[in-house]
Amino acid sequence: MSEVCVIIGASHAAAQLSASLRTEGWEGEILVIGDEAYLPYHRPPLSKTFLSGEKSIEDIQIRPAAFYEKQNIQFRLNTRVESIDRNKKSLTLEGGEIISYSKLALCTGSKPRVLPLEGSQLPGVHYLRNAADIEAIQKDIAPGKKAVIVGGGYIGLETAAALRKLGLEVTVLEMMDRVLQRVTAPEISAFYHRVHTEEGVDIKTGTAIRAIEGNGKAERVVLSDQSQLDADVVIIGAGIVPNTELAEKAGLKVDNGILVDEQARTEDPDIVAAGDCTNFPNPLLGQRMRLESVPNAMEQSRSAAASICGKEKVYAAQPWFWSDQYDMKLQIAGLSQDYDQVVIRGDYEQGRSFVAWYLKDGKVLAADCVNRGKEFMTAKKLIQSGVEVDASKLADDTVDPKELLQ
Amino acid sequence: MPIINYVTHDGNQFEAEVEVGKTVMEGATENMIDGILAECGGACSCATCHCYVDEKWVQVVGNADGIEKEMLEVVNEPKESSRLSCQITVTEEMDGLVVHLPESQY
Repeated sequence: MSEVCVIIGASHAAAQLSASLRTEGWEGEILVIGDEAYLPYHRPPLSKTFLSGEKSIEDIQIRPAAFYEKQNIQFRLNTRVESIDRNKKSLTLEGGEIISYSKLALCTGSKPRVLPLEGSQLPGVHYLRNAADIEAIQKDIAPGKKAVIVGGGYIGLETAAALRKLGLEVTVLEMMDRVLQRVTAPEISAFYHRVHTEEGVDIKTGTAIRAIEGNGKAERVVLSDQSQLDADVVIIGAGIVPNTELAEKAGLKVDNGILVDEQARTEDPDIVAAGDCTNFPNPLLGQRMRLESVPNAMEQSRSAAASICGKEKVYAAQPWFWSDQYDMKLQIAGLSQDYDQVVIRGDYEQGRSFVAWYLKDGKVLAADCVNRGKEFMTAKKLIQSGVEVDASKLADDTVDPKELLQ
Repeated sequence: MPIINYVTHDGNQFEAEVEVGKTVMEGATENMIDGILAECGGACSCATCHCYVDEKWVQVVGNADGIEKEMLEVVNEPKESSRLSCQITVTEEMDGLVVHLPESQY
């Protein structure tokens, strides 16, 4: 009997893993099981050009159907997996059908953190993760309508930008003292706060939501200070949590993500995992981590595919991220954790182009680059090389970034 | 459908039919051509789809500008003909286009 590799989940990791399996020489069957209606699509545009209607689901597909046909990669969409039997090497689908696997890849991704909030079941209240979520949001929005976004993280802010473009009145509620508090320095938070204000978004920091009220649908939100805001649509972007239930039920180790090694292998020799759902050791940073990013899903999947084929491809990459809002492209190199110095290049107080370099012991750990492609590429190289840099040169806009590499 | 030729750093040449409106990057990833990573999926954010446009085709394809140009200045071995292949949208005029893939994609 031919071998079959089953991939659970059908998003970025699955798209890459299935293709990489063929590159690595997997000759058996490949079956991708996903609970959404669509072939793998790019998720980042969801809160941007897909929400604004500039792009269709076909436009954002990662690869066309013909690609998967040609590579003999099968899909079962709209299908949920109920459980994994590691002894029998089989899966039970919702409905009871049993599918056997030779190798299994868990690419189950993540889901929005659900807020226990009174009124969150009302029509007009949305979370934002899937294309279907956006399609539901699109039915509730129109120019002039009032949108309240709960959460001033990247998803919340990108959504605010897209909705302003569509002519809605937008308020963002952020529980912490500043937007993006969890992920950036105060200067970046201040910058995004200012730009969103300039673009007509009302950002309320230090403000929690207490309840959503309305007669048969969302009509207003009640805030922590008991004041109320009218709302035609409420979008909650309060972070995501990894989908680890299947792995956990199957007895695999889970700790803020499915535990894998630096080659995406779980403790079961026939099971790998990749993407948002994993917790992995990053050899470059010397620590375990879970990342919510497309590059992570793709790179780890290449490693996972190699592992399935009995090869060794260590996943050791510097994390990086991006976020597009209005006319600004933010590119983030590295992880800004445990830094002891932030150096700013450019004018974040009035302009829309600058860099925040995060340093530790005189070395660049990370950089947030707004409309600064050159500095972003430079930052990636500086992080990788780990050399000490002159902070005054980092701050000096007249110094060509390329000089920093010399 | 236009044919795009991808030449790897060690001289192997791959031909792919790429629909008008798709990008040169998509033409590579959809045809399993190595050497173009495209980590960001075409958002002009990562510079991992760097290619050199063959000199005969530079005029047809055009030059980089904006953030693409900025990033290209700091890729490994930048050249005059460097482009990010996700920013080259295939047209009928590009039938026969030759792009060269760098040895290190970064």
